[in-house]
Amino acid sequence: MQFAFYIAGGVAVVATLLAITRLSAVHALLYLAVSLVAAGVVFYTLGAPFVAALELVVYAGAIMVLFVFVVMMLNLGSRATEAERALVTRGAWTGPLALAIVLLAEMAYLALRAKTGAHSGTMVEPKQVALALYGPYALGVELASMLLLAGLVAAYHLGWRRRSEMEKEDAVNTDRTRADSGRDPVHAGDGRLARTP
Amino acid sequence: MFDLLWLVPAIPFFGAAFLLLFGSRLPRAVAGFVGCASIGASAVIAGLIAAQYLSAPPPGNAYEQTLWTWISVDGFRPAIAFYLDALSLVMMAVVTFVGFLIHVYSTEYMAGDEGYSRYFGYMNLFVGSMLTLVLGNNLLLLFLGWEGVGLCSYLLIGFWYRDPANGYAARKAFIVTRVGDTAMTIGLFVLFYGLGTLDIQEMLRRADAQWPSGTALPVAAAALLLGGALGKSAQLPLQTWLPDAMAGPTPVSALIHAATMVTAGVYLIARTHNLFQLAPPVMLAVAVIGAATLIVAGLSALTQNDIKRTLAYSTISQIGYMFLALGVGAWGAAMFHFFTHAFFKALLFLAAGVVIEALHHEQNMFRMGGLRRELPIAFWVFLIGGSSLSGLPFVTAGFFSKDLIVWSTAASQYGSRALWAAAVAGVVLTSLYTFRLIFLVFFGPPQGHVVKRPGAAEQIPLYVLAALSISAGWIGGGFERLIGTALPALSALNPLPLTESASGIAAAAAFAAGLALAWLFYIHRREWAVAAAASGFQRALHQWWYADWGMDWLYDRLFVQPLLTIARINKSDLVDAFYRSLAWCGRLAWSALSATESGRVRWYATGIVTGAIVYMALVMFL
Amino acid sequence: MVGLLVRRNVVFQLMSIEIMLNAAGLAFIVAGARWSQADGQVMFLFILAMAAAEVSVGLALVLLLYRTLHSLDSDRASSMKG
Repeated sequence: MQFAFYIAGGVAVVATLLAITRLSAVHALLYLAVSLVAAGVVFYTLGAPFVAALELVVYAGAIMVLFVFVVMMLNLGSRATEAERALVTRGAWTGPLALAIVLLAEMAYLALRAKTGAHSGTMVEPKQVALALYGPYALGVELASMLLLAGLVAAYHLGWRRRSEMEKEDAVNTDRTRADSGRDPVHAGDGRLARTP
Repeated sequence: MFDLLWLVPAIPFFGAAFLLLFGSRLPRAVAGFVGCASIGASAVIAGLIAAQYLSAPPPGNAYEQTLWTWISVDGFRPAIAFYLDALSLVMMAVVTFVGFLIHVYSTEYMAGDEGYSRYFGYMNLFVGSMLTLVLGNNLLLLFLGWEGVGLCSYLLIGFWYRDPANGYAARKAFIVTRVGDTAMTIGLFVLFYGLGTLDIQEMLRRADAQWPSGTALPVAAAALLLGGALGKSAQLPLQTWLPDAMAGPTPVSALIHAATMVTAGVYLIARTHNLFQLAPPVMLAVAVIGAATLIVAGLSALTQNDIKRTLAYSTISQIGYMFLALGVGAWGAAMFHFFTHAFFKALLFLAAGVVIEALHHEQNMFRMGGLRRELPIAFWVFLIGGSSLSGLPFVTAGFFSKDLIVWSTAASQYGSRALWAAAVAGVVLTSLYTFRLIFLVFFGPPQGHVVKRPGAAEQIPLYVLAALSISAGWIGGGFERLIGTALPALSALNPLPLTESASGIAAAAAFAAGLALAWLFYIHRREWAVAAAASGFQRALHQWWYADWGMDWLYDRLFVQPLLTIARINKSDLVDAFYRSLAWCGRLAWSALSATESGRVRWYATGIVTGAIVYMALVMFL
Repeated sequence: MVGLLVRRNVVFQLMSIEIMLNAAGLAFIVAGARWSQADGQVMFLFILAMAAAEVSVGLALVLLLYRTLHSLDSDRASSMKG
């Protein structure tokens, strides 16, 4: 069990690091998905099967997918990747890295100072979690559901546009000005202007 | 009757308040009536009080009426209280009566001017302040009146405010008298410090008891009070404001700068005579200043072109006589001269006003002439007033009062031959410049064209004052007895170096000499007058005396220019720089902080992270 | 966190936020496991729900941003500067 914990933890850290340093959005998302799965494994090794499953289903399965949908919808192509390369310079990393190292040091200090006992290794049953949710945390559950409702309404409203505009947008963005995806699979979605409008 | 005393200053104050608040909405006739009626009522009450005082004097020859306590702080309790004795009775009677006559005159003189009700408001305020000054029983109340008359003098000199030259003259008057007022304030502090009270009678008693004669404190206090008196009464070295104060309307000059305000200094010294008697050096200074001023002003009067300026210098000179009398201890004589001077000087100014108006505001004497046929009224009253001023023997009031002073300078313990000689020389000069004025204006070829003759409102005061200028001298004996109840008599030398009649003859001879010289130069051979001033040295002398012995120039160099230089240097306002730097710091902080609002998400996130780090560090280590 | 601070592409920034939320949830789980209580998992559940809502709204905003600015550079969205 311990072994699995360390391997999964290492994978999660490495995957996260790779995720934030990639230039292409899709590559980064894929690495992120790997990181989230590894985190799920970590949860299982800590004795929380319920949240492990939840992590996989909701986080990796829904949220990541949503990200991928949107990135695909934006349809940026290799031009965006080039732009990304220009933006992420070596120098840009120094400041945040410094801050992160300080923060990490503080956390390590706190963690080491706290005298904790050995890891107990017992599993927390889903039944216990359910009882807690319907018991003391019932109010929190209701609030969370309201939050989700609000998020739903907001997302719907923000994304909604008149159909004609959307159709115009799609048309503009896809066939007429860009290279036809059907004819030129290599350069599909490049954003290069087609030779013939 | 005595308990109506408080009405005498109160009614003019009410009149002033009414006129200044509502006057612009009233028709002219009402404003003029209110202005005159308030002073008239005061004069009537003052007259009744005077009648009662003379017939049945109050115990101790003094009556005190307290209205309320003004300040009450740890043993210092000046009250609004009025003190009536012979001295303040005389002053009160003169101020109200002459004031009333001048108000009546003003209703006609100022009829064509804007600000009619404002004029009467200020005049009422002035009379009220002057009455407070003379009736006040403590030096603080006296000082209140003192400042009040200074204010009204400023307001009235600059009455025609649209011309900036008038404003300049008003400011000059105020500032020069301010110098004196500051000295007086310090004098009040010294008196309070030394004696513990400002109540006049109490203070004088304590001074007599506690302060030996000639020591530092009484000399200092008396000298400082003298400084105040010099400013207000326009004596050397603070006399420069009075000739320029002629920029105001002529009735103002008559009331303020001839009859009343300028005599406030004389009143102050007379009132605190005990203090001055305890300071012989200061008494000497008073006499010397008086003598010097009367000569200096007399010589300046001789060279003037403007009729009002001549009369102004004449006022300075006559007050010099009063100071001279005070300085030699002839307190009663000084007050008697004040009494007669008020009448004939006011008369002269009012008559000058008639002449000026008649010639359509021409004030240069050399452009006047031959008016005795055109303006007979003005001619006769001028002659009466001028004779009184010069001291025409026996017939005029001025002769009696001036003669008394001249004799006192010889007879008094504090007098001397030099002072007597100066006084007699002054008589020559007075006679000379007065008749010069009369001969220039009323004799010789006519040059002006009369456009206006005086109406009833102007004539009646002139007649009354002319009658008084003649008759006031005949009550001399009674006056002495009256004043003797309030002021000590002259301490004369024994044996007398000079009898009164001998001195009188000398004075009369001096008068005649002056008259003769004036006749010679200005009627007989005008060209000799011109010739006398033509040659180099004499012309320089003429210019110097004309320019008030160069004192204006001197003060400009000594005080005004350095002050202006400092003001110019401080133009960027060094002290304000501190406050401007505060604003500059604020702006600096603003620009620094607004630079942190870049609008970029990453920047703000960095801020959050940094804050979190700092907070965690604080939690961990503190 | 580093990703949030370094990357200018808003999609990457949102991603970094998700990573951070995940990390916080992990801390909760560990704490819950340490004391064998269900509370840690309950907190993680709430975090998860909140992250879902936030992602949906955030991505909708990203879409809007792209439509107005035609770029995904967060530094371009600085009209609230000063």
